[in-house]
Amino acid sequence: MVNKPKITISTSPFLHDQVTTPKIMWELAYTLIPILLAAVYYFGLSALLISLSCIAGCLVTEYYLGKRGPLGSPLRDGSALVTGLLLALTLPPGFPLWMAFVGGVVAIGMGKVIWGGLGQNVFNPALVGRAFLQAAFPTAITTWEPPDGRYWGVRGTNLAMPFYQGEPVDALSTATPLSEMKFSHEPTELADLLLGNISGSLGETCALLLLLAGLYLAFRRIINWRIPVAILATVALFSGIVYLLAPDRYPSPGFMVLAGGLLLGTVYMATDPVSSPLTPKGIWIFGIGIGLLVVLIRIWGGLPEGVMYAILLMNAATPLINRFARTRVYGY
Amino acid sequence: MTGSNQNALKDKLLTFRHGVHPEEYKELSNHQRIERMPFVEEYTLPLLQHIGAPSKPLVHKGQYVRRGGLIAEAGAYVSVALHAPVDGTVTDVGLYGHPNGQMLPAIKIRTDPFSTQQLDQPAQRQPEELAKAEFIEAIQRAGIVGLGGAAFPAHVKFNLSENQLCRYLMLNGCECEPFLTCDHRVMVEYAEELIDGTRILQHFIQAEKVYIAIEANKPDAVITLRAAAAKAGFPVEIIPLQVKYPQGAEKMMISAILGKEVPAGKLPIDVGVLVSNVGSIVALSQYFRQSQPLIERVITVTGPAVRRPANVLVPLGTPMRSLVEFCGGITGEAARILLGGPMMGIVQKSLDTPVVKGTSGILVLTEREVQDIDTFSCIRCGRCLEACPLFLNPARLGLLARKGLWEDMEDNNALDCFECGACSYVCPSAIPLVQSIKVGKSMIRERKPK
Ligand code: SF4
Ligand code: SF4
Repeated sequence: MVNKPKITISTSPFLHDQVTTPKIMWELAYTLIPILLAAVYYFGLSALLISLSCIAGCLVTEYYLGKRGPLGSPLRDGSALVTGLLLALTLPPGFPLWMAFVGGVVAIGMGKVIWGGLGQNVFNPALVGRAFLQAAFPTAITTWEPPDGRYWGVRGTNLAMPFYQGEPVDALSTATPLSEMKFSHEPTELADLLLGNISGSLGETCALLLLLAGLYLAFRRIINWRIPVAILATVALFSGIVYLLAPDRYPSPGFMVLAGGLLLGTVYMATDPVSSPLTPKGIWIFGIGIGLLVVLIRIWGGLPEGVMYAILLMNAATPLINRFARTRVYGY
Repeated sequence: MTGSNQNALKDKLLTFRHGVHPEEYKELSNHQRIERMPFVEEYTLPLLQHIGAPSKPLVHKGQYVRRGGLIAEAGAYVSVALHAPVDGTVTDVGLYGHPNGQMLPAIKIRTDPFSTQQLDQPAQRQPEELAKAEFIEAIQRAGIVGLGGAAFPAHVKFNLSENQLCRYLMLNGCECEPFLTCDHRVMVEYAEELIDGTRILQHFIQAEKVYIAIEANKPDAVITLRAAAAKAGFPVEIIPLQVKYPQGAEKMMISAILGKEVPAGKLPIDVGVLVSNVGSIVALSQYFRQSQPLIERVITVTGPAVRRPANVLVPLGTPMRSLVEFCGGITGEAARILLGGPMMGIVQKSLDTPVVKGTSGILVLTEREVQDIDTFSCIRCGRCLEACPLFLNPARLGLLARKGLWEDMEDNNALDCFECGACSYVCPSAIPLVQSIKVGKSMIRERKPK
């Protein structure tokens, strides 16, 4: 031996898979780009501004309050960015930017930091932010505008001043497909739902893109395929039964699956590994639970949409599910 | 090899559920023919080179011993004999460094520089003439142990009682650890001995079916063994298995081939299976046909920090340093020296210990392979659950271990874990799962009333 090598001691295994947690988070972020672009296509610059506001809120909070991770800055694992983008995609296009920023702060602050950071939280941080905004600004968050095709258009309401209580200027509020269905039994064309030419939150509208993103992520094993399958199958089955009993009063299963935030929530929020169960058995329970709750809330609840609460409720049940849904161990 | 042969291996390959696909790194040494290590000046033979009681020395300082001659006898039933790897003089019986990190009794032999080192041992009675008990005793006397790494005495495993019915004899040529190629080369270059040894064992075991399981990344071994079996007219099924870690674990092999699980706390023989490493079977043939007890074994010396990766036939007791130097030495980039493969191998502090019966490989890695990956919190992605071949919940076990909740760990089947390391391999947050499970297991065992 010529030179004296540095020999270090540790224990096996000494090989490691290429996939790391930051890589997972970044890949998730990349798949959100087409969805963001679609939002800009339908809703103009407003979509971009809202996203930037949410992301800024998340990053600032993570930067100042987050734990220094092994990568130095807590931002580098990419998870705060994902949270910000996801939160933005659940907001309506005319949402005031300052509220979006506050939402981002709350998402990271109350959704993640107070639990102890990445991996410790019980609830999906983006949904915590969204739930806060819904409670704090119930009007703004339910003021929907249709896509207007003005790419450079910025909605007046976006620029509302903090705590300005006046009537939103020139807000042209329309009903979303879900509220139309719920309150006036007007179904929307499925083709429109698929392509996204409807009013709704920024990222909820183009079902086709969300489906593609979901397939890609499941194929890449970034998300667990069981979750979307369980949720969508449950929703389709349950609402299908209801629909068959009274087709004139209740929406079709196709509509139920494609409309509203179900796909966005299914692909990106319910699948958040941190707040979903570990074992396959637990994951099935979790997904079926969400599916049932979504249909229950949408059809019989007071709200047109129930995805957020359904996921948050099942998030809350996850520690319990984790404890009891065990794997069958080899040889038993 | 021809295209059709390759295709024959691509038909649906059997395997087990879960597992991981680490990079194989076999190409460093899988085409290197086995080379014979030249004799060195001095050999150190630990009395404990197997699982069980140490062997009892039969020689004293100054005594001349012959190559293949008995120098220590089995110290108990679960123990085997030990033989001199060279003609030479015993220089000491004392405490020496053992690859397991301890100082343990060993016999030191100075090689006779004037000897030709021809093996000159009396012929053995042929196994076909032996009664079963004599056969078992002969294997113990031959010093044969499982050469896959565990070094469990072969005679104990082969000594089936009346109510243990062996329906399937399975030879394990999977070699699923990345880098290692010694079993591969043994199967290719000692195919006849392997088939002969299998025939000898089968004579006593009388299994309904004999299998040799080989991961499909060794097509030449599959073909060579099929040809050798056909030539010998011995009915054995050579089964290529999917390349997946840990395919070579007994339980995983049984799952792959028979689709059966070994019930918890039971042995393969309880589901009618006897598993043996291929190298041990070659040793069996060599003992009966060539009167050569277990005095040497094939070792893969490999890794990016080894100058000339090779498969070497090494006399037991050879200092690892000499062996590595025979392979060109290690480069300045060396970062870890391991005994065994990268998934389950044990780190060595130095090369100053001898080669023993259970040494299957010496692996020297550089920083590139062992680069430290940043550790994050568990993101509960479930990858470790999908990797664990025993369907355990490594994420939960790891968490419980970090909290020191040993009872809960036991309740979550921590003791079933066989430490394959697949969970740590896949964890994207680089959590040392198997490492903490190992700690938990020893804590559980310590607290158990004996
Ligand atoms: S692989 Fe690692 S991060 Fe994923 S669940 Fe297991 S322990 Fe947690
Ligand atoms: S828990 Fe044990 S058996 Fe399962 S993958 Fe980890 S080390 Fe292997």
